[in-house]
Amino acid sequence: MDSNTTPETEAPMPLWEIFSQAKTGKPHEHVGSLHAPDATMALQNARDAYARRGSASLWVVPAEAIIASTPEDSPMFFDSAADKVYRHPQFYTIPRSVRL
Amino acid sequence: MTTPAPTIAAKQPTPDFSGNSPEGEAQRQVRFEERIQAGERIEPKDWMPERYRKQLTRMISQHAHSEVVGMYPEGNWITRAPTLRRKLGLLAKVQDECGHGLYLYCAAETLGVDRNELTDELLSGKAKYSSIFNYPTLSWADIGVIGWLVDGAAIVNQTPLAKCSYGPYARAMVRICKEESFHLKQGFEIVTTLAQGTPEQKKMVQESLNRWWWPVLMMFGPADAESSNSEVLMRWRVKLHSNDSLRQRFANSTVAQVKVVGLTLPDPDLRYNKATGNWDFGPIDWDEFWRVVKGQGPCNRERLRASRKKHEQGRWVREAAHAYAAKHPVN
Repeated sequence: MDSNTTPETEAPMPLWEIFSQAKTGKPHEHVGSLHAPDATMALQNARDAYARRGSASLWVVPAEAIIASTPEDSPMFFDSAADKVYRHPQFYTIPRSVRL
Repeated sequence: MTTPAPTIAAKQPTPDFSGNSPEGEAQRQVRFEERIQAGERIEPKDWMPERYRKQLTRMISQHAHSEVVGMYPEGNWITRAPTLRRKLGLLAKVQDECGHGLYLYCAAETLGVDRNELTDELLSGKAKYSSIFNYPTLSWADIGVIGWLVDGAAIVNQTPLAKCSYGPYARAMVRICKEESFHLKQGFEIVTTLAQGTPEQKKMVQESLNRWWWPVLMMFGPADAESSNSEVLMRWRVKLHSNDSLRQRFANSTVAQVKVVGLTLPDPDLRYNKATGNWDFGPIDWDEFWRVVKGQGPCNRERLRASRKKHEQGRWVREAAHAYAAKHPVN
């Protein structure tokens, strides 16, 4: 094995989550992630990786800055939505002849 | 027309599918299978069987490596593209393959594997990638045939994966499939142009088709009878169709295209089967397939050498990026 094949441990680069807005007026949507040493390079790389066919706007966010709900807590966390059927239009009765 | 009677769909409490409820491993497994059967997607933080995690890591990383190694055969022709139009198209296509590799490495990382580990596996020769990229590109016509058949086969393989059970892989595949359709068309345009060109050009593209046809059919993997993991992969919806059925689908659509461009496929046994509606093709040389998979293809060593060279020669760029970031902290 020559030196090129030796497994190496290069300094890891932080992970960034990328959000792209396809057109103005549309929401920014998560499109993927990438590694880059800082925010400026993350943004430039995000353009090359995720906006080769255009984008109206890009956000790059350090992955570790995202605070997310967890699958194990989800049932309890979202529980209060489950029994509030009156938040849906189907809950309400109107005369059949009326179109709202 | 009457308005349908309003119904009150009483919402059921969301069941706890996380697997982290105080239940045993067996019950987590059952719930996981139920979620898959219900057509739900699995997301990175959800509980999943170790075997599911391993299989997906293997599949996604092999797919990522294939995209990256796939740049070499085509990159070979960028400087020799016959016109500026062709050069622009090919450059954009090769850049896309690099991007696809990146989407997929990132999808693999959501399963807990480290990007540097994946790179090491490729550079050490341990990682597998699609055997088709171990064949050489000997003429300009190969660039057309690759876009047409190799990308065409990849699309047949990948389109179902956009509906696979693992969310990050499925989402990456949606992006990739959209971009692959440009690859297919740029290849087909090259093939059509050559097929309608001078006798030399027509001969060149026919010779290229003759070389690529069988290796392309092998891209779909071993015959179903030899494909050991298929059953569980299909149940878990990380594989949605069998190798042979995808291969047949691809062959059927390609036969029609070959006729349109006035070329022929190098298979004396190729026959239309009225009973099945399929084009039956002759036997595939599986010895050749396994030789190439096991490292004895025409270009396996060259691809490995190129990967290592790229990694070595790019090292200073990565180091400089780190140094720049350390010197200019961004608030």
